[in-house]
Amino acid sequence: MPAEAKTEPTPTRAGYGDALADLGESHDDVVALDADLAVSTQAIKFGKKFPERFFNVGAAEANMMSMACGLAATGKVPYCSTFAVFAAGRAYDQVRLGIAHNELKVRIGASHGGVSLGEDGASHQMIEDIALMRAMPRMTVVVPADYNQAYRATAESYERDEPMYMRFGRPATPGVYDDIPETLGTGVDVLREGKDISLIGTGHMVWRALEAAESLEAEDGVEAEVLNVSIVKPLHSETVLESLGKTGVAVTAEEHRVVGGLADAVRQVAAEQHPVPIFAVGLGDEFGISGTGEACMEHFGLTARGIADRAREALVLKPIVSRPPLFGPEWT
Amino acid sequence: MRHLTPVPDPKPPPKLAEREEAKPRIAELERWATVLRIDCVRMLAVAKSGHLDSSLSAADIVAALYYRVLRHDPENPEWPARDRFVLCKGHAAPIQYAALAQHGYFPLEELMGLRQIGAQLQGHPDMRRTPGIEVSTGSLGQGLSMCVGIGLALRLDGLAETAHVFGVLSDGDCQEGQTWEAATAAVHFGVPNITAIVDYNHLQTDGTTEEVMDIRDVRAKFEAFGWDAVEIDGHDMGQVVEALERSRTLRKPAAIVAQTKKGKGVSAMEGRFGFHGKAAVSPEFAADALEELMATLEEQTKALHEEGGGES
Repeated sequence: MPAEAKTEPTPTRAGYGDALADLGESHDDVVALDADLAVSTQAIKFGKKFPERFFNVGAAEANMMSMACGLAATGKVPYCSTFAVFAAGRAYDQVRLGIAHNELKVRIGASHGGVSLGEDGASHQMIEDIALMRAMPRMTVVVPADYNQAYRATAESYERDEPMYMRFGRPATPGVYDDIPETLGTGVDVLREGKDISLIGTGHMVWRALEAAESLEAEDGVEAEVLNVSIVKPLHSETVLESLGKTGVAVTAEEHRVVGGLADAVRQVAAEQHPVPIFAVGLGDEFGISGTGEACMEHFGLTARGIADRAREALVLKPIVSRPPLFGPEWT
Repeated sequence: MRHLTPVPDPKPPPKLAEREEAKPRIAELERWATVLRIDCVRMLAVAKSGHLDSSLSAADIVAALYYRVLRHDPENPEWPARDRFVLCKGHAAPIQYAALAQHGYFPLEELMGLRQIGAQLQGHPDMRRTPGIEVSTGSLGQGLSMCVGIGLALRLDGLAETAHVFGVLSDGDCQEGQTWEAATAAVHFGVPNITAIVDYNHLQTDGTTEEVMDIRDVRAKFEAFGWDAVEIDGHDMGQVVEALERSRTLRKPAAIVAQTKKGKGVSAMEGRFGFHGKAAVSPEFAADALEELMATLEEQTKALHEEGGGES
């Protein structure tokens, strides 16, 4: 059954839920687990269609992850859904030993990542999960940008063998892809070409980066290139370096701490292979806060405006510190 | 290096078909438990680290499982309908390694590589490195949840009638909250093919279980969670076998709380605090322990020969 692309703003978690239900249809070995958040994570769509393969463990995330280990070690392909804060935080040790260390084909569908979940506040706003999961050996980290990419990421996850952490969000999110993409590809897509600065975003920050690029062009005549990083680990460094080689300066944007997240991933690649100024939009040494999702994003500067402002600061620095690239097109 | 001389043991363990045909007798199982204990002492003497006392307390349970109760086949280790053994108390890995090696999952010589760089026997069971290990363990509290997952997968595959999951837990496992999440889930999901054996040896790293964090009546706890729960003497082979074999007929989660002694079989270590995870196995200690265990083995072998056939 061909999946239907969404054109109106839709949460990424809905893409996960829809694709998971479709996976259940096409693959008997897919099982789903949830920890009393199945409506929120959208795993309920699978649960309603395949009740015999759906296990709601209640508020017991550690148990869920270790159960998934047992299921996967016995030939099943478990999808574990809960909020990102519990998936990566509370159940870290269970994910680490039972899933990542064992290289088991378990998929963690971590919903409500970042601060855009809003009102529930700091206790629920997970802003360090990408860092935790990047640090975990053998774990792949996927953060789709919109519904359509979230659907593809989930569908494609079945075809891969490695353990995967997939981060989804709560709010309806404007589309970045007009259709459901055929593949995640390298996990780094160039959505908009430009020569002056690279805006490298992930998840909910990608559509904002595209908006920021529009405003930079309209207000400053700056041609920004926009990259969507949907696979944060392993980061496909070639695409990132190619863009840095062209523009010589970048801003990263993520709904996450700048420590350990996309900013660090990009800076690590750049520092070793093509050092250029890289500014970051993300959370500093601080926890989340209650408010509407959008108000929370505003509060932490996780907006198109925030990205554009950082870009302007970075552009000031560019002629001072940029050097001819070590590889790629010559700096002009 | 007297402790490295092989155990005189001309008779290999019975194969699956033989075990199904004629179950090994209690006295034979007791003797196998001694063989496994001897292997543990030898391994730890060479490795110079590891948990000997915790391995010895589980020796009778592990021997009963691998030599009689478990439906497993070293010649076909991936057999889908096999029983699953999960050493939730992963720190007792040596006792499982001994049982696996004795059954031919890997050569006996591998035992002497325990905890050494480049060898396949890790400090805690590792499913990616060691044949016969179903899931990696070593972080207490996770094992019973893994057993629940395995049990559910077997049920989905229509194998739950025959394939049973046996998890061996420590008292430390019962201090971890996750064990009780798993205990709740096993009953809620109606996992029909799971047995949890608690090796309740009452000693842990920082002292007695009663001093450190008293988990009290573990049998009553499992019962309150809806499990069938019995308490046995974990060193009485007859009781161990009976409880294990009964548990797989129940078609509901079954707990066996086995009262054991840490270091059982080596009198210098039995029930004594201070050995857990320490490099207690000096060459002298190992030599004494082996002497004692060899004497036990000799007695058991002799008794077996005199006795011939008989009870099962």
